[in-house]
Amino acid sequence: MSVTADAAPVRPPTGRPLRAKLGRDDYIMRGYMLAIMVYLVVALAMPLYVMLSKSFTTYGFDLATYEFQVSDQAGNFTAPPVSAETLNRELGAVPPEKLTTSSDGRLPATLFFPDFAFRSPVLYRIRGTTAGATYLIGSERHLGTEWSQVTSNDFRRVMLRPVASRGLDNFVSYFSTPALFRSIQNSLLISLISTVITVSLAFGFAYALNRSCMRFKGFFRLVAVMPILVPSLLPGIALVYLFGRQGMIRELLMGEEIYGPIGIVIGSVFFTFPHAMIIITTALAISDARLYEAAVSLKASRWKTFWTVTIPGARYGLISASFVVFNLVITDFGLPKVIGGQYNMLAVDIYKQVIGQQNFEMGAVVSVVLLVPALIAFSVDRYVQKRQVAMLTTRSVPYQPKPHRRFDWLCFSYCGLVAVFIVGILGVCQFAALVKFWPYDLSLSLKNYAFDVMDGGGWASYRNSIRMALMTALIGTVVVFTGAYMVEKTKGFGAGRSVFQFLAMLPMAIPGMVLGLAYIFFFNNPANPLNFIYGTMAILVICTVTHFYTVSHLTAVTALKQMDIEFESVAASLKQPFYKLFARVTVPVCLPSVLDISIYLFVNAMTTVSAVVFLYSPTTTLASVAVLNMDDAGDVAPAAAMGMMIFYTNAVARLIHVAISKGVLKRTQAWRFK
Amino acid sequence: MSLHKNFWCAIAAGLFVASNAMAQTELTVYTAVEAEDLKRYAETFNQDHPDIKINWVRDSTGIITAKLLAERNNPQADLIWGLAATSLLLMKAEGMLEAYAPAGVEKLDPKFVDNSNPPAWVGMDAWVAAVCYNTVEAGKLGLPVPTSWKDLTDPVYKNHLIMPNPNSSGTGFLDVSSWLQMFGEEGGWAFMDALHENIARYTHSGSKPCKLAAAGEIPIGISFAFRGAKSKAAGAPLEIIVPSEGVGWDMEATGIIAGTANLEAAKTLVDWSITRTANEMYNTGYAVVAMPGVAKPVEHFPEGLLEAMIENDFEWAANNRKAILTEWQSRYDSKSDPKN
Amino acid sequence: MSVTEATKTAETAAPAIYLRISNLWKSFGDFQALKDISLEIFDGEFVCFLGPSGCGKTTLLRAIAGLDLQTSGIVEQGGRDISTLPPAQRDFGIVFQSYALFPNLTIRKNIAFGLENAGRSKTEIAARVAELLDLVGLAAHSEKYPAQLSGGEQQRIALARAIATSPGLLLLDEPLSALDAKVRVYLRHEVKELQRKLGITTVMVTHDQEEALSMADRIVVMNQGVIEQIGTPTEIYREPKTLFVADFIGETNKIEARAAGPDSLSFGGMTLDSVAHGFAEGAEVVAVIRPEDVIPHRAGYRPEGPSDENGASNVIDVIVDEMEFLGSFWRTRLGGPRLGGIELVADLSINAARHLALTEGDAMTIELPAARLMAFAQTVGES
Repeated sequence: MSVTADAAPVRPPTGRPLRAKLGRDDYIMRGYMLAIMVYLVVALAMPLYVMLSKSFTTYGFDLATYEFQVSDQAGNFTAPPVSAETLNRELGAVPPEKLTTSSDGRLPATLFFPDFAFRSPVLYRIRGTTAGATYLIGSERHLGTEWSQVTSNDFRRVMLRPVASRGLDNFVSYFSTPALFRSIQNSLLISLISTVITVSLAFGFAYALNRSCMRFKGFFRLVAVMPILVPSLLPGIALVYLFGRQGMIRELLMGEEIYGPIGIVIGSVFFTFPHAMIIITTALAISDARLYEAAVSLKASRWKTFWTVTIPGARYGLISASFVVFNLVITDFGLPKVIGGQYNMLAVDIYKQVIGQQNFEMGAVVSVVLLVPALIAFSVDRYVQKRQVAMLTTRSVPYQPKPHRRFDWLCFSYCGLVAVFIVGILGVCQFAALVKFWPYDLSLSLKNYAFDVMDGGGWASYRNSIRMALMTALIGTVVVFTGAYMVEKTKGFGAGRSVFQFLAMLPMAIPGMVLGLAYIFFFNNPANPLNFIYGTMAILVICTVTHFYTVSHLTAVTALKQMDIEFESVAASLKQPFYKLFARVTVPVCLPSVLDISIYLFVNAMTTVSAVVFLYSPTTTLASVAVLNMDDAGDVAPAAAMGMMIFYTNAVARLIHVAISKGVLKRTQAWRFK
Repeated sequence: MSLHKNFWCAIAAGLFVASNAMAQTELTVYTAVEAEDLKRYAETFNQDHPDIKINWVRDSTGIITAKLLAERNNPQADLIWGLAATSLLLMKAEGMLEAYAPAGVEKLDPKFVDNSNPPAWVGMDAWVAAVCYNTVEAGKLGLPVPTSWKDLTDPVYKNHLIMPNPNSSGTGFLDVSSWLQMFGEEGGWAFMDALHENIARYTHSGSKPCKLAAAGEIPIGISFAFRGAKSKAAGAPLEIIVPSEGVGWDMEATGIIAGTANLEAAKTLVDWSITRTANEMYNTGYAVVAMPGVAKPVEHFPEGLLEAMIENDFEWAANNRKAILTEWQSRYDSKSDPKN
Repeated sequence: MSVTEATKTAETAAPAIYLRISNLWKSFGDFQALKDISLEIFDGEFVCFLGPSGCGKTTLLRAIAGLDLQTSGIVEQGGRDISTLPPAQRDFGIVFQSYALFPNLTIRKNIAFGLENAGRSKTEIAARVAELLDLVGLAAHSEKYPAQLSGGEQQRIALARAIATSPGLLLLDEPLSALDAKVRVYLRHEVKELQRKLGITTVMVTHDQEEALSMADRIVVMNQGVIEQIGTPTEIYREPKTLFVADFIGETNKIEARAAGPDSLSFGGMTLDSVAHGFAEGAEVVAVIRPEDVIPHRAGYRPEGPSDENGASNVIDVIVDEMEFLGSFWRTRLGGPRLGGIELVADLSINAARHLALTEGDAMTIELPAARLMAFAQTVGES
């Protein structure tokens, strides 16, 4: 009997595996997920694609499409027409590399006539050999195959216009323009230096918070995150007041100029400090106290313990913080714009190419270049984050510091210095905003708050910013959280979910400038049915939600992963639709994370400059952009005033967030506290 | 796809019709006029034409120009009122402007009218380059008062000058193009080579050098007279200097965007924009306006500004803009280290 | 193992087939988690899927629920083919090891969750919830949150929630394994009692043989994706059909042996009578006897009456090498020259040990009853 039990091994059936019939829930969930995917494709993938293709759009003069005819001294056209290409071949007047240009390139027709004299009685004719060949007579635009006849005097005003084609010419000319190429070096150097300084300072700060028993830890923690609440360019303004020619403490620079690398680095350290501090604090918080007990029992010195236990334990946090800071600095635009002086950086180059020179193609090329370091930094960060999560899951005993008088005082002094730096920068801005006319009239006044008579959109831009931030927080939270829910809880549909995950991670790697520029190319195209959102508040909200999608998405996913994976199964077995479960259980349980996402989106929407600087319209000017534009116009004090308005607004928003978290949550999260 | 497109078009059209039916004609007007003047302009216009509502789209010259060019295939503006003529020439070369001879155009100084017939644009007022000189800071440093452009190349001014970057600022470009026109191509670049040695840095905007000079952040800023006069009025210890060789200038101009749905209203506005009333309105800030005989002296404006304005060939400037900027960039922008 | 065999075994227990699984396969890439599973479960029956972790028992349960679709094969419930239906269109209640109670809802709301939106009035729902709370004996806790209850209480709430909608089938996925031993034993009884009262067809997944033996009407023993045996607890225990089943359930002595005849085995130089086994003479087999089936006798004991023709009386003289007191019995390890190096484990009742006055090193005689000495093929997967 038992001999036959597993004789004749059966083979698995071949053919297609069974496919589940989809229930209503499945259809709704997949449909919704697809909808958000479409959103991400439209708001992210397609603009980027259009931008990429724009970087390959080149402009050149197509000499074969123009024909000239020259009359004799009496004005009779006896000579046969001759094409510009033939003339150029004979004369070599325009070398091939000069035929490459940008969209507003012009080529004087007289170049092909070495014996041209504007006083001669000779007449000239010009025409295109194709319908699209364009040329200017003066500023008048002509195109087509009809002859245009001009006098010698007018012929010197004839300019050929380029045609668009596709190719790598833009990249070639980019890398052969020293000024632009130099920006890559500058950006990398500045980012590197800022990263080293920020991460070192932040490590010290986080170490003091985690490992000492100093006083006022809560206060220090609060101060350390304040820079998140202001636009990145605000420290630049403060630095002008501190170290500019009329700066309060300019002597400290010992004659060095603040406008340039020094200013960018100091400002970068300021605005990236909280990001590094938060990441490293998390890394230090999870390190295992048992290792320290072991070190103590082995009689290892404090110094040795630091290098053999602390640093290795926090290494993923340090690496991750480094790449985050690097990415923030290299993609930041506002700060080098304000304090960079003649020191060119990639992100500013994009702005200069697009706004200054209307060279959109070259802007796209710089964007592509800027994408490379950002993508690398992003990938490394993702990799490291995964490792860090793995460490978190191992069970460790949290470290409890013991009082140590001298060490605690040392930590306190160090944190105190950092706090003075941060509060000082903000304080200087507030002071500058209230001074009537620095440095000649130091009386206090509110005249710098009369934004309505200045560039940047006035008080309306402040109101717009709040409106935009609220909409971003509301819509963004709904989209991100429900999207994360669908991708986490939809069954099957593996391919779709992978695509979704990829799209959700992508925004973090896209610098704001690049996203903004991509939006111009994509949405400001009359053939695009979504063209109507261009210039509206909607495009700002969409752009901002997309720009800050990744971190919000990860927050949501982390929260959702902490839910029991069987809730959906239970609901299905009870024949309850998933959305009832979502509303009654998922959202209430995840409410703290939902609120975190909202405040994150709100604060960032208030401070962001880079992406929206290309997209705002006169009716949708924003406070953060107003800071930039007012500074640009030389209204530095009002710029500081507006920057501080953003700070106070965000601070109030944070307070409201805390109040809601503590108050309202007490009711909805009663189960947690019992 | 096409069905989709139709759907969106229908929605967009629906919204459009709905919003149009509700109120009087609304014009979307792109402008680079100073923010503090816009309200006054609209109010004065509405006294004569209360039925046309102006929706301003205001930004700096560079940004508005970039915006207009970016939107060339899908213009959002009905007209431009108050943008550099150099920029309008770029629009004209792209075929973006609707040629229109406004009623009374013959009363304007021909310098202020586009040379095509009918003109693609008409000028409003001129903004003229000038040097803002902070007497307090220059006094501290013992800097002499410069009287000419050439004076500014004196090594004594090393690191005490700021000018706008012509690649991003209209004022910067008008400076550069005027020097090239005044000193000739070679002389112009030689002058700029020498000037570059003294420049502390180039700013993105044209008004900033003067505001920086007003704030003492730099003793001397190359900017424009209008800005200097305003800062001076605000109490800054400024001297506004008109260099003796002559000064570059550009004008603010008006033009209708080809294909606007509100052509009649746009024409009404352009007609009004060259009236005496309008020219008087421009005169409150600008010393030089398009209609001869209107301008009254403006407080704090330097003497002899009008006479110093060079014979500016806008067309030449527009047609050579690209080449000039490329040359400028390769000469001065690659030197990116801050100079001490 | 064939379907008809399984059916026959249970025919007397319950006539109507409620759940029928035919030729079910589940693969994860190249790995076959379930291989050609066929099984029938009768109306009102309590069936346990028992096996070591990774044997496929949970996969099978999830396929029945529609939570993880099988690669191929048919699942019928109450005569309806539900093979590819989504869970919401099937008819079952389920309790997970984690209970998956909604943490932010009170006990009352947890139980009421499935009752809403089904045309019931508020009072009906309240009445049903009260009834269920009484049923699981937790009426006093209705306004508490899950985190305020003990594990066992939470488990009962999960059960109440699962049966609230009166489903035709109750699925329990290791429902007791997160609890401590005492509560577990108590709840076994509770759950079984409840199931009997409601008469609901129930499938429970467990890796705990005691749980399966004490609760199930029938046990499905699984290993490496196949069903090793289906039977009542006593059948599974007393008449294991494979070495795996014999070894996995209860304690066994496994002895390398040869088939000496159709119902005899030889090992250690002895030939003993056994259950008829069907191996050819001389085939290498594993002889199996459970420690508690070994009958102890005083040293030198020989049965009265004639030994059979082989001279085998299944009586062996042994030495007690080691005695381990396990509370209710003595576990002894037996050796000695007669066993030829084989070590046998025998569980002796306390009475028997006292009666024989055994201590370590003593000689004694044991009897291996032929009816309890079984033989299995050697080639069986590790347990």
